[in-house]
Amino acid sequence: MSGKATPSILIKGGHFVDPAAKINAVMDILLRDGRVAEIAPPHQIRSAADEKIDARGLIVAPGFIDLHVHLREPGQGYKETIVTGTAAAAAGGFTTVCTMPNTAPVVDTPEWVTWLRSPERGAVVNVLPIAAATRSSAGGTLTDFAALQRAGAVAVTDDGKPILGDDTMRMALRLGAELNLPVVQHAENTRITENCSMHSGPTSFRLGLRSMPAAAEAVIVDRDVTLAQQIRESRLHVAHLSTSDALKSVRRGKRAKARVTCEVTPHHFTLIDENVGEYNTNFKMNPPLRSATDREAILVALADGTVDAIATDHAPHALHEKQVEFERAAFGITGLETALALAITKLHREHKIPLMRIVELFTSGPARVFDLRGRGSLAKGNHADVTIFDPKKRWTFEAAKSRSLSRNTPFDGWQLTGKVMATIVGGKILHRAD
Amino acid sequence: MNKPARGSLLGIEHLEAKEILGLLKLARRMNPQKPRPLLRGKRVVLLFYEASTRTRSSFEIAAKSLAGMTVLVQSSGSSIEKGESVLDTGYTLRAVGADCIVMRHPSAGAPHLMASHLDIPVINAGDGMHEHPSQALLDAFTILKHKRSFQGLRVAIIGDILHSRVARSSCHLLSKFGVNITLCGPPEFVPDLAATLAPGVRLTRHIEDALRGTDVIMLLRVQKERLAGQKIRLQDYIARYQMTTARLKLAKRDAIVMHPGPIIRGLELTSEIADGPQSVIVDEVHNGVPTRMAILARAMGKAK
Repeated sequence: MSGKATPSILIKGGHFVDPAAKINAVMDILLRDGRVAEIAPPHQIRSAADEKIDARGLIVAPGFIDLHVHLREPGQGYKETIVTGTAAAAAGGFTTVCTMPNTAPVVDTPEWVTWLRSPERGAVVNVLPIAAATRSSAGGTLTDFAALQRAGAVAVTDDGKPILGDDTMRMALRLGAELNLPVVQHAENTRITENCSMHSGPTSFRLGLRSMPAAAEAVIVDRDVTLAQQIRESRLHVAHLSTSDALKSVRRGKRAKARVTCEVTPHHFTLIDENVGEYNTNFKMNPPLRSATDREAILVALADGTVDAIATDHAPHALHEKQVEFERAAFGITGLETALALAITKLHREHKIPLMRIVELFTSGPARVFDLRGRGSLAKGNHADVTIFDPKKRWTFEAAKSRSLSRNTPFDGWQLTGKVMATIVGGKILHRAD
Repeated sequence: MNKPARGSLLGIEHLEAKEILGLLKLARRMNPQKPRPLLRGKRVVLLFYEASTRTRSSFEIAAKSLAGMTVLVQSSGSSIEKGESVLDTGYTLRAVGADCIVMRHPSAGAPHLMASHLDIPVINAGDGMHEHPSQALLDAFTILKHKRSFQGLRVAIIGDILHSRVARSSCHLLSKFGVNITLCGPPEFVPDLAATLAPGVRLTRHIEDALRGTDVIMLLRVQKERLAGQKIRLQDYIARYQMTTARLKLAKRDAIVMHPGPIIRGLELTSEIADGPQSVIVDEVHNGVPTRMAILARAMGKAK
């Protein structure tokens, strides 16, 4: 995504929110050659620009970073492609997405990492691959972390499955520590969640569905945090954290100054297990929607700084994988186009979390988790990745109009507040709302 | 996703008490010995993905007693074996002219999936561990034949509640009429969550506690096929929870013993109980036919 020879852009009059730079004020921003050229109070930028964006009344933020998306390539182009998935990302204000390796085949070699990053894939936003932690993500032999990192992998994970073995996880964290590479864990004790399709609680009992106890997540997070505390310089990132007990372990690790981070999805801060209703498979994902108490704990942790990032876990599936019996339906929902609006509607308006904090959860927070230099903040010289949104605009999300190839969202028809008005990647305007 | 067609019966939970009473009243007017041609010209497909004796045969006899035509489709010997999805099977049955689908399936919610995509009524004949509404209705029908009303009634349900669709449906039904329901069994079968199912439901681990002063005893089969991963010793279960003549004396003198079947003699109950004077187990099966006649008549808009 080279910015050379792209027209320069002056973003004028917008309310600039950059948590890393601690700026929360009206500013003009000049983007040139794919980088941030100048930031200054209104009317002070004298350099000429090829293009101007009037951002009055809008929030101008560093480009959003999503630490957790499934773009389904290689091998599952019927669910999503890098072209359609990154188009959905751009529409949702994301300028950088980190892709999960549970594709067909699994991204467990440097060649596949290179393949994902190749311009031939047609990505319109930055795609940063996360590689598999074990070969074929089978939980056995570790992959070649160093080679994967050299090829451009920003982290390793066996997402979709946990790294279950104590020794395997210990070795992964140790190797990650040597390379300064985060290990991302899908925390689920799969020994007790076999054939389960939702959270254990009154709703699963009522619906007669085999269910996943909150403890299945909590025990793995607890173990991983303990390991991260023991292994110097190791970096543990807890993916899609969904339970109150898991948060306690993350807090413990953070207090002990271990390098432990976590992300939360919009659906886990918005919905609870009861919303599954009468077997609606668009409310089936893993980790499952949890109890009201878990959601409350997540809201607190989003507000108090325990959570490092909002990540979508965008998981597109074809209709025929969702229009089946609940127990047989694929886990996962799309999320790139609704994330910001849900954050503003639920976190900012309902729960009074300041916009500055919300922007942090989409920008500098995730950038810190994977140590993404030059992103997550619009300091001079950084990548010209910018997200401009209207925090007051009301709109209705229509799944049928999604840029994603798939339609598996629980938010179809939802009235939301907060809309992405423009997405700029490497100084190029990719998306503009009318 | 659409709303289920009128006349569908997917579960008891979302029925109103007056709809239940309406069905029971209709069932009392149904007599398989005196056929009424309410389903003349109607094609009822019995779509069974799981084994069944009672439910299947009584739905078939019920439909035929109302002059309906029945077609049995089972997973083995049909395109289901070749991997056809539930919905495609539904569309196929609709296209060959089904007017109603009676469906049993091992996955909870499968009839809901079918009903939300078809424009004909779907009747749930048992879905996984979820509901078995026709069984709960015929059990209510049976209870009301032996007891004056639901008023002040105490019902003990003993056994594998966790895996039982009958228990879920019966709890919902009885709870709507203010019945005091006691669920009894070991934690593996009766988790604490079971008490959240409906108002008026309490739990006990002691069969003596469950039986004392009760009007109705509903026993459940220990479902070995659903015991995946569960550690429970049958000998312990028999010692603590088997229904015996001695234990039955704790209940009211006129208490009735029910069981949705199939019964496993020597496990959840002794032969003396199964064949004893207080057992209404055979009567339940018998009542299945008029109850299902009522369900089918309602499904076809003939609930007159």
